[in-house]
Amino acid sequence: MSGILVQGVQMLLVLLLAPLLTGFVRKMKARLVRRQGASVFQPYLDLLRLLRKEVVLADNASWLFRVTPYVTFAAIWVAAALVPTFATGLLFNWTADLIAIVALLGSARFFLALAGMDVGTSFGGIGASREVMIAALAEPAMLLVVFCVALVAGSTQLSTVANFMASSYVGLRVSLGMAVIALIMVALAENARIPVDNPATHLELTMVHEAMVLEYSGRHLAMIEFGAFLKLLLYISLIACVFLPWKIAVFGTGPLSYAIGAVAYLVKLAAAGFFLALFETATAKMRVFRVPQFLGAALMLGLLGTLLLFVSKSF
Amino acid sequence: MSAVVLQMLCVAGMLGSAVLAIVLSRSTIATAIIYSATLAASAIALIGSIHWLLGDTTNATDLTLPIGLPWLGAHFRLDGLASFFLVVVNLGGTSASLYGLGYGHHEEAPQRVLPFFPAFLAGMNLVVLAGDAFSYLLCWEFMSLASWALVMAHHREPGNAKAGYVYLVMASFGTLALLLAFGLLAGPAGDYEFAAIRAAQHTPYVATLVLILMLLGAGSKAGLVPLHVWLPLAHPAAPSHVSALMSGVMTKVAIYGFIRVVFDLLGQPSWWASVIVLSLGGITAVMGILYAMMEKDLKRLLAYSTIENIGVIFASLGLALAFQANGLKLLAALAFAAALFHVLNHSFFKSLLFFGAGAVLIATGERDMDKLGGLIHRMPFTSFAVLVGCVSISALPPFNGFVSEWLMFQAVLQSPELPQWALKITVPAVGALLALAAALAAACFVKAYGVTFLGRPRSVAAETAEEVDHYSLSAMFILAALCLLAGILPGLVIDALSPITLQILGGRMPIQINEPWLSIVPIAESRSSYNGLLVMVFIAISASFAVVFIHRFASHALRRGPAWGCGFSDPTPAAQYSGGSFAQPIRRVFGTLVFHARDHVEMPAPGDIRPARLRIESHDLIWEGMYEPIAGVVGFAADKLNRLQFLTIRRYLSLVFATLVTLLLVLAIWS
Repeated sequence: MSGILVQGVQMLLVLLLAPLLTGFVRKMKARLVRRQGASVFQPYLDLLRLLRKEVVLADNASWLFRVTPYVTFAAIWVAAALVPTFATGLLFNWTADLIAIVALLGSARFFLALAGMDVGTSFGGIGASREVMIAALAEPAMLLVVFCVALVAGSTQLSTVANFMASSYVGLRVSLGMAVIALIMVALAENARIPVDNPATHLELTMVHEAMVLEYSGRHLAMIEFGAFLKLLLYISLIACVFLPWKIAVFGTGPLSYAIGAVAYLVKLAAAGFFLALFETATAKMRVFRVPQFLGAALMLGLLGTLLLFVSKSF
Repeated sequence: MSAVVLQMLCVAGMLGSAVLAIVLSRSTIATAIIYSATLAASAIALIGSIHWLLGDTTNATDLTLPIGLPWLGAHFRLDGLASFFLVVVNLGGTSASLYGLGYGHHEEAPQRVLPFFPAFLAGMNLVVLAGDAFSYLLCWEFMSLASWALVMAHHREPGNAKAGYVYLVMASFGTLALLLAFGLLAGPAGDYEFAAIRAAQHTPYVATLVLILMLLGAGSKAGLVPLHVWLPLAHPAAPSHVSALMSGVMTKVAIYGFIRVVFDLLGQPSWWASVIVLSLGGITAVMGILYAMMEKDLKRLLAYSTIENIGVIFASLGLALAFQANGLKLLAALAFAAALFHVLNHSFFKSLLFFGAGAVLIATGERDMDKLGGLIHRMPFTSFAVLVGCVSISALPPFNGFVSEWLMFQAVLQSPELPQWALKITVPAVGALLALAAALAAACFVKAYGVTFLGRPRSVAAETAEEVDHYSLSAMFILAALCLLAGILPGLVIDALSPITLQILGGRMPIQINEPWLSIVPIAESRSSYNGLLVMVFIAISASFAVVFIHRFASHALRRGPAWGCGFSDPTPAAQYSGGSFAQPIRRVFGTLVFHARDHVEMPAPGDIRPARLRIESHDLIWEGMYEPIAGVVGFAADKLNRLQFLTIRRYLSLVFATLVTLLLVLAIWS
């Protein structure tokens, strides 16, 4: 019974928190450059505004263009609902493991890239082609990080991994260190953050994600934006539950530990949001063709970590 | 009636329709009759083999026909492994015949296709059924020649003659390798029956040679890099339903040959053999998909993607070999089941995609993606079915491609248990290559689908395309449904595969059907599990929740207008992203190394009114570095030997005499 409860709370929690996290990161970025910045609740207002607006659809947009926002949102939401946030032991954790979560995010991106090509403008094409180029490197890097983690924990099940990382003494491991650096690099690329892409620009030839969704408006755009918020939350939760399982509530413990877990989760989110803002303020965006080197480094780190674990379990 | 007799009767039916096709060659109803007959024969064979596979597979049935070598006869045998591949062959055959009922009417010279299509299908069935080396090779050659005739069906089109020639050369080379392999297996006693070969003890030296020869023979037919060169030429040259059979099924028959010899007949090869198979598989996967990414011809892109999938299957087989050599039976069964699952999946979605490419070809007369576009509006059903195929082949959940990739990754994750150092380093590297290939496959099929079916039409033909006939559509939709079914009910497939792993490896995966909610659990639930059905249900529920919420609370207003494009609307559809421009980022990242690709920009000086030009230079290093030198040497030798053609009778006789003396001398010194 409590499994269903935790799962249900989790599904709603990620929905409710995702815009707040993005708002918080934006606020932090603004404060770091001494601007006042919009309220942390601005993303909610943005979503509501978009929902109220009419959709302007290009003349030759097909049904795929109209279906994609819902498909991508659903795929990301399902993935986000399966990553433990404040407690392990999600009811449906066994339906999709880490590899499946990576693939679910891949499905979302697949459809988004197709939608970018649907209207037949150069912007959509440039965004889609660059997005798949980045994904072609980020996805294997992510899978290698998954291999690393799975080899240490002996499982690809996220709940089992989180339990293992939280309960037993894992210690400092070289392979996990490499994995966490690789995962952070992949997370930056996948969420279209600086230095790979710039979430704030809208009219630059260097943009990737925003170019791909340029033709979207109204409720469709709201769904896509919401999906992007969720994805950021998902990656931070993933990093937190695997590499920083501090105070995460282990399944079956009392309500107090759930409460502590929830507070700890919020603290982790805030810390991650702050560091993201700090990092984005401190670095500049790369040229597009420097991105492969950046992601290639992530790929190599992941491979090195996996190789070390193949050589010896104790690395 | 025993099962093998039923299968042989179906084969006889196919051969009969081939003869009938010659008789009817000029008739207008020949197309309908022949494809219906083939459809019936392969459907019966399909049902028979499924029934047999799901039933009791422990006692194989034999049939010996008094043809072939007088002291041997022709042996045919139906066991678990054969019945699985018969399912693959006849499923492909059934769907291709159904598709052909519609597609065949557009054929300009049906008499060049109709006799060979059932013959080709019969050949593939016979290879799988063959129970001795002699009939195996004979049927293999029959299959090769029938497919060669189909490749040459449109022999007047530019490039097809070369495709047929390269195919013939490579097929002969492959058969030569197989011939030597079977010769070594049979040994000096010359007992060609598979049962005898299986019972014999093979020295490690022979086993190694046979493995390498099988990699050459079966690998060249399957399309292993660097023996793949004929495949992207020949597969697209054939009519589309034949391309589907060649890519989706014939490559699998080659894999059957490899499995039959290496896993079944040879006994246990040593562990380092798996290093070769693994590395070849990993390299083939990445190279295949990179070639596909650079391609702008839709059917050639699909053919290159076949090479990728063959690489994935071989990598998985290599993993199974590694586990088997170390006595890890359960894990070997996992890797082997993953390979067989991928064989099945690839036959589903590759046939589907080739059917889709054929439908596009019929509707527009174009294979060049850069002349297509916007077909989703004019061919809604085809584009939907092809979308399912693209999602499946890109290994995205909840479709079938993901399940086999997932099983493969699970097998990779179990391999630190392998004791050998070479394997400890090769396996993670190959795992990384497979992950890279999977990600690139998604990129490649975004390109293929996006450029062909989405966007604005780039030619008049694409603008005026019409939906294809119902036969073609039903064939595509059946395969699309199978892609989804195998993706959401993988446990059933895995359970159907376990008798085969038990037969070949002596181990099996845990029974999946008893898992709650039809999940699949390869080893233990605490390690990993996946449930395609629930993933699909969850996505459906959350998507419908989003839709209901939006339609309840959000604005319904919708206005159609010209595309926004940042305020600059492109004047012509040619300004859209084409296949080449879509691949440009990936070409820059990988192509500079793999293809020596360079972009040359010719920018005229200011005031000059010539247009600026972008020229892309790209090299097929395998063709240029390996095949062209070999062709050069052969040509040179042929030139030199040409003089022998114009000798007098005296000189010929002395040449013969000298050869005889030399041979006798060699023999004398040898013994």
